[in-house]
Order: sequence, then C-alpha cells, then structure tokens
Amino acid sequence: MDGYGTSMRKSLLIGIGTLAIAIACVGSAWSGEEGGGYGLGRTATDEEIRDWNIDVSPTGEGLPPGQGTVKQGAQVFAVKCAMCHGPTGTEGPKDKLVGGQNTLKTAKPVKTVGSYWPYATTLYDFINRAMPFNAPGSLNSDEVYSVIAWLLFQNGIVKEDAVIDGRTLPQVQMPNRNGFILDPRPDVPVR
Amino acid sequence: MDKNLPLGSRRKFLARSVSWIALGAAALVLPKGYAEEPRMLEDPMRVPGALPRPYGERSPFVKTARVGGAGQGAPHGWGANAPNNFNSWTPLQDLHGIVTPSSLHFERHHNGVPLIDPARHRLLIHGLVNRPMIFTLDELERFPAVSRLAFLECSGNSHDLWLPDAPDFSAQDTHGLTSTSEWTGIKLSTLLEAVGVRREATWMLAEGSDAAGMDRSVPLTDEVLKEALICYGQNGEALRPEQGYPLRLLLPGYEGNINVKWLRRLKLGSAPFMTREETSKYTDLMPDGKAYQFSLVMEAKSVITSPSGRQQIHPGFHEIRGLAWSGHGRVTKAEVSVDGGRTWQLARLQEPILPKCHTRFLLPWRWNGQEAVLQSRCTDETGYVQPTRQDLIKVRGTNSIFHYNAIQSWRVERDGRVRHIYA
Repeated sequence: MDGYGTSMRKSLLIGIGTLAIAIACVGSAWSGEEGGGYGLGRTATDEEIRDWNIDVSPTGEGLPPGQGTVKQGAQVFAVKCAMCHGPTGTEGPKDKLVGGQNTLKTAKPVKTVGSYWPYATTLYDFINRAMPFNAPGSLNSDEVYSVIAWLLFQNGIVKEDAVIDGRTLPQVQMPNRNGFILDPRPDVPVR
Repeated sequence: MDKNLPLGSRRKFLARSVSWIALGAAALVLPKGYAEEPRMLEDPMRVPGALPRPYGERSPFVKTARVGGAGQGAPHGWGANAPNNFNSWTPLQDLHGIVTPSSLHFERHHNGVPLIDPARHRLLIHGLVNRPMIFTLDELERFPAVSRLAFLECSGNSHDLWLPDAPDFSAQDTHGLTSTSEWTGIKLSTLLEAVGVRREATWMLAEGSDAAGMDRSVPLTDEVLKEALICYGQNGEALRPEQGYPLRLLLPGYEGNINVKWLRRLKLGSAPFMTREETSKYTDLMPDGKAYQFSLVMEAKSVITSPSGRQQIHPGFHEIRGLAWSGHGRVTKAEVSVDGGRTWQLARLQEPILPKCHTRFLLPWRWNGQEAVLQSRCTDETGYVQPTRQDLIKVRGTNSIFHYNAIQSWRVERDGRVRHIYA
C-alpha cells in the first residue's frame, strides 16, 4: 500500500510539527548504555514476541496465514455476529457495519465499515482481538478473514467471489480512505 | 440525627454503651467501626468512638457517587451502544479542591475491567528497538519514579452537548468524564532508553490486556517523550482496577482513550497502526463529511460546579466554584459571567495551578433572586480561549461526538432551581 507508506506518513510527519525535534531528542537520549544502566528487565525471546505480536498495520504487516470467502463469512456472521449487529449488519442494536454511504454530510451520519472505515486491515486487527464481544479472541484466522470478506461484500467493496487473505486484504481500497484530515486544531476563531 | 431510628433503640444502644464503660472493659467491647448504617447517638461525646480500620471508608453520611454503569437498565446509555455501556461519571458538583478521589474517578472501558494478577503481568517493548525486552512489575517499580498531578478526560466528555436538546442535566451528566489524580510511575523515555529505540521509530503502539485488547498509536513527539509515564500508582496507592491495575500509560493532556490501561505491550514503529479506536472511533466528523484524526490533545475547558444543574439555591451569598483545565498546559485565567456572557468578571484561581491539571476557580456572588445565567470561560498558557457553543458548532457542526469544550451555561430560575441551558 504505497500511498500509506509515503504520502500518508509524510503528511503525518509534517502535521505533527514537533516530530522532527522529537527524533533528534531520541537520537541523543538513547545513545547511552544498553538497558539504561539499571540492569532491570530481560531480553524478550522471539517466541514471546510472536505470541503477543497480534497487531495488523495498513501495510498488511502482522496478517497471519489463512483465508476466507464471502460465503464462509456469511455463516460465521450469522452464528457469531448477527445477534449484536443484525442479520445483514444494518439493524444493530450494536454498531451498524453495513451501508451508510453518502450519509457523512447529513444530519444523521451512519458510520459503518463501508461508509467510514479508512483501512480494511483495521478489520483484522480489531475483530481478531476484540470480537465476538462475549468471546474475544475465539475466532481462527480463516473465520476472521471470511467475516471480513462478507462485510466488504455487503458494503459493495469486493465481489461475491473474493478471497480475503494476507495478500489481498491490504490491497482493498476503502471508499472513505481519503475522508480523514490530521488534527487542524485550534480551529475555532476567538471573538 | 437520624429521625427514622426509633427512640427506643437509640436509648437501648446508649444504655448498653454506658454500661460497658461502667464495667471498665471498654477496650474489649468498643464498637467495631462505623456501622454499615449510621447508628445515631444523642451525644457522640458520651460513648467511645470507632476503632481504626485496615482500609478506610468515608462517613456513612456522605452519599455522593458516580452515575452510570453497564448493563440493562443502566441510568445512562450511549445511543446505539446501549446497554453495554462501560461508563461512569464523576460527581464534579460534590467535590472539593482539584483531586478526584480514586473511588469517584470516572470510568470508561471497552469490554469490562480485567482481573490481573500482578505477579504474572509483564510489559513487552519491541518493534524498532535494539533489544526487545520484557519487564515484571517488580522491575518496573525499581526504576526511578516520577509523580505528577494530571487530569484525564474522555474525549467523549460532554458529547450530549453537541445535540440540539438541552435536558435537565447536572454538571456530572454534562462534564463528569474528567478526573484528576496524582499519578506515579516511570518516565516512558527511561524505558525507551533501556531498549534502545531506533532512529526511524516515530510512532508507538500501546496495547492493553483487557477483553477489548485496547490498542492505540502514540506519536513520539518531544512532548510525549518528555511527559509520558508508565504508571503503577494513583493517589498514593496502586492503580485502581478500573484505571488499569497494575499498569497504564499516561499521556498528560491527551484524550482518555489513548492512556491505555492494563498495559502489556509497547511496539515501536515508523507509522501509525490505524487501529479501530483511532479510525472508526475517536475521530471527529465535520460538516463537510471529512473527519479530524489524531486530535489527541484535550483543549481548554471549564465548568461551574456550584451552583450547577439540578441544584437548588436560595437568595444571598454564594461562592461560585468551578474547574478549568487544558491539555496544552496551565490555565492562566478563568472568567465568570452571571448575565449569560454579556459581562465577565475575573475569578480567583486557587493554588496549586498546575499544567494539564484541574484548576479550581472561585468567585464570590450574591444572588438577588432574579433570573441569572452563569457561565465560565477559561484561557490557557498558549492564549487559547474556550469558545462559545455557537462558535464551536459554527466550525465543527454537530456530528463530532468527541472533543466538545464549549462554554457551559446554567440558568438560575426565580425559584432558585438551576438548569442546564444553551445560552
């Protein structure tokens, strides 16, 4: 995902103006003795890091093996998700996940995966760690990929025969990808 | 005096107490402690008082409490997210000074409060570092310690005030998702130095070990590197479970959610991780359909806590009291209007006046029984002035949900009843 790696990062760097100064500080502050000289803590093993390193970034880094289809996702969603998000992801009572396109400028915006979420990879990061609400972390990677495939299909973002995996997910272009601007505050003029 | 307690039982208790003393065995039979419910005596000077207790509680006469909570039938709900609302609001209108008692600190969690055994808890720091490391709590507590006072405000505080209706809210309802504590921990920079952060690291993922696996990206600005703490202490004791026991991140002045609780992992990276909470939530939707992202600092805000919504006052002297705070630093000025913003008077700021901390302001006032609209407006050390609701909405519309910081209005009606209004 090239746009993320270069232009997005650049804009964030510029937006947070103090970052350059911060990096300079980092360089000087961390040139000291390894371990900070306190002798506390120990080196983490690769295995320990692997167990906890569950985050997924927009580049796709962190996505595990496995894959899922829209059809499989429909089954997972019906069993594990529909009780909170509704049979088609539009009914609630919890967050609406489907629909809402062209509502962001209206008095009643509907912020769903399709209308609002800027990155498809966020779906993996979040569903894998936090869903289903009553049994977080209980879905295997095929189930997570497939429920993502179903959600993206329901939102008209991928075709019905799409296969979602670690290669295809970061390539998905979300409709609201350019809907965010870096904090421009203070934005309210003083009278 | 508890008028509900039958006179007979009061007499009986008193008689019993007196007879104990008469027996000269007071030390053996003194009352155990404050009873679960107040047992009223005619004269507390006539019987021995309660004994010391291992862990103190407030007087049974003090009833102020958080409102909110989770589950069906909870008194507060967040629209589509009800009824699983893991929120509670601090009773700002009942508090003194600037520190929020730990038991009254507001709560916001995303899938409940985990029960964590400190002996098994670990902090992992990895990613763009020279040496990925794991720390136990014992080890973390041995690093040089730092304490500071800082407010913590949920960026959804006052979210109802974006809406057109102004229900009969209290200050707790409108502003209760902010609290101030003394926090103790290690400087984040001390730990980053220990692992040897690489030059290309500009962002850091912080992850909690709760059922939500809360994760947020933190920009490694000079401000963050200077001020961020990895905390294990709150108001002199271990963190409360609701505040992240045994370990939390504290980014003074930043929106509550990024101060990740139950902290288990920090991962250094070269870009934000774009987690759910920093994309689909905690972003501020503007009228043009675009949304502010990474609006992390809580801008200056104030509220009069007394007199405030749902209170009843009487003509005569009142000290107008309130709280002001800014995520950008110190509050330099708090002004109060009693005529809906037409004229302003400078309120006194009470020491201590600390950066990124609740600051108490006070102004003597005599209510003459006529309708009055009370407002407070604060200025911080950057020169930023808290906006009116009208000015805020003019720029941001009403769909933001987060980061509402406009001037609050309380109308004192002729009968002394105080109401939340939009002035």
